[in-house]
Amino acid sequence: MRSVIPILTMVAAIVVIWYGAAIGMNAQWARDQAARAGTTLSTSELIADTWSQERPKLPAPHQIVAELWKTTAMMKPTSKRSLVFHGWITLSATMLGFVFGTGAGILLAIGIVHSRSMDMGVMPWAIASQTIPIIAIAPMIIVVLNSIGITGLVPKAIISAYLSFFPVVVGMVKGLRSPDAMQLDLLRTYNASKPQALWKLRFPASLPYLFASLKVGVAASLVGTIVGELPTGAIRGLGARMLTGSYYGQTIQIWSALFAAAILAAGLVGIIGLVQRLTLRRMGAV
Amino acid sequence: MGTGCVTTKPVIEARGLDLTFQTSDGPIQALKGVDLAIEKGEFVSFIGPSGCGKTTFLRVIAGLEQATGGSVTVNGMTPDEARRERAYGYVFQAAGLYPWRTIAGNIKLPLEIMGYPRSERDARVEKVLELVDLDGFGKKYPWQLSGGMQQRASIARALAFDADIMLMDEPFGALDEIVRDHLNEQLLELWARTEKTIGFVTHSIPEAVYLSTKIVVMSPRPGRISDVIDSPLPRDRPLGIRDTPEFLAVAHRVREGLRAGHAYD
Ligand SMILES: Nc1ncnc2c1ncn2[C@@H]1O[C@H](COP(=O)(O)OP(=O)(O)OP(=O)(O)O)[C@@H](O)[C@H]1O
Ligand SMILES: [Mg+2]
Repeated sequence: MRSVIPILTMVAAIVVIWYGAAIGMNAQWARDQAARAGTTLSTSELIADTWSQERPKLPAPHQIVAELWKTTAMMKPTSKRSLVFHGWITLSATMLGFVFGTGAGILLAIGIVHSRSMDMGVMPWAIASQTIPIIAIAPMIIVVLNSIGITGLVPKAIISAYLSFFPVVVGMVKGLRSPDAMQLDLLRTYNASKPQALWKLRFPASLPYLFASLKVGVAASLVGTIVGELPTGAIRGLGARMLTGSYYGQTIQIWSALFAAAILAAGLVGIIGLVQRLTLRRMGAV
Repeated sequence: MGTGCVTTKPVIEARGLDLTFQTSDGPIQALKGVDLAIEKGEFVSFIGPSGCGKTTFLRVIAGLEQATGGSVTVNGMTPDEARRERAYGYVFQAAGLYPWRTIAGNIKLPLEIMGYPRSERDARVEKVLELVDLDGFGKKYPWQLSGGMQQRASIARALAFDADIMLMDEPFGALDEIVRDHLNEQLLELWARTEKTIGFVTHSIPEAVYLSTKIVVMSPRPGRISDVIDSPLPRDRPLGIRDTPEFLAVAHRVREGLRAGHAYD
């Protein structure tokens, strides 16, 4: 329980700074409005106004919470304005991409660990692939795939997979190589085959590395999906929510979509953490 | 498995064995002109200063390292063939148990890999756990056991399958004297019960003399055999034998051999 206190302190500090920043950033607009209407605002009126504008530069936390509440709990999940609806669109593409990215990453890592030529031939490309800014190629991927008739979930999932496979490759290569020479020699004395060594030793030994990679990978997957929703005039998904929000100056909508994405990411990472704990417990840790 | 040898032939035989490691600092001659014959059922200790090639020799026998000259046979085969026939169990200096497997699970590892039927595995685990005096610890995880118990579990792992040779590289090196005495007694008992041929690396003169029917004294740079002592001690050895004149005489000869190896430098 003691760990709760520092967390709450941090959250409280952020909220205080946030409300302060909202006053600073939104005050000009409030004063301009007042001037146009020929009135002046007392300090308390000014503050109250900066925290309740319809299109503030920086919405106050309670405005975002209210918007989140309105667009989730107070709305049918099937409504086009429901964040649950858009969140689900983003989540499904994320999961699809994550599963494929992780699968590809694990397979690639197995190949790299077992074949020197793959290690030297593939790894540089895997690294190079991550130096390309995703923002630059996401629209190209979407447009190209759209032109050959692939739309909707799959193009976004591809971008999502593209971002998540790399941490998995790096983590798994390290994890699969983590058994020391003695452990590998022991298996040689049993005349174990390579698949046996992989399955009995390398794979279990790599699990802690895998879970660390999965946490990075799932967050990257989500970012990939949202980026895939941004540039294409998509009308569904959290990325689309952010984009339409910015077209119409709906800052509260942008921020609530942003928060929804953050909550989603935290949830996904949390689920992986839970699976990790259960798995490692079954494997005798603790 | 691995029992196709003629009993009169040595189980392990090295002739003019050379091994040179090619390193970035140039070649290192780890073994030079090693001749040795080990008969079935012998308990052979290798003793010598650090770096004299004890581990390397054991690894050559195990087919984990390739000789660069001379020949070695194990059960009449090359070490690599013997390895593929699963002719020996190897015990490393560290227990090296898998932390994600229970003790029983660790002992089952070679059985799974070698394809022993599921029904037989549990019975074998029970049997070897009893052999190393760990009955009832099968469900524990390695971290729940002391270092000595872990090392015994790793010996049980090497005993679980039917190899008639045991190669042990300083298995008790990291343990205290009392535990070591106890394990030595157990090892002798186990050797008597299983009739295995054992190759055992140690740094301790009393340990070597107490355990062995044959003591191989080695000297460094390049690693070679400086003395082979056939022990006159009876096979049945209570711990008290270590205070007898016969025992002390053998220990003295081992010490002389080690000293001669050093003086050679
Ligand atoms: N893989 C290797 N590559 C290069 N040199 C090696 C290798 N293994 C051993 N050596 C060298 O061979 C020599 C013998 O090593 P070895 O490990 O057999 O000694 P040892 O008698 O077991 O010593 P210790 O008692 O310290 O375990 C040493 O000089 C060592 O540096
Ligand atoms: Mg050694």
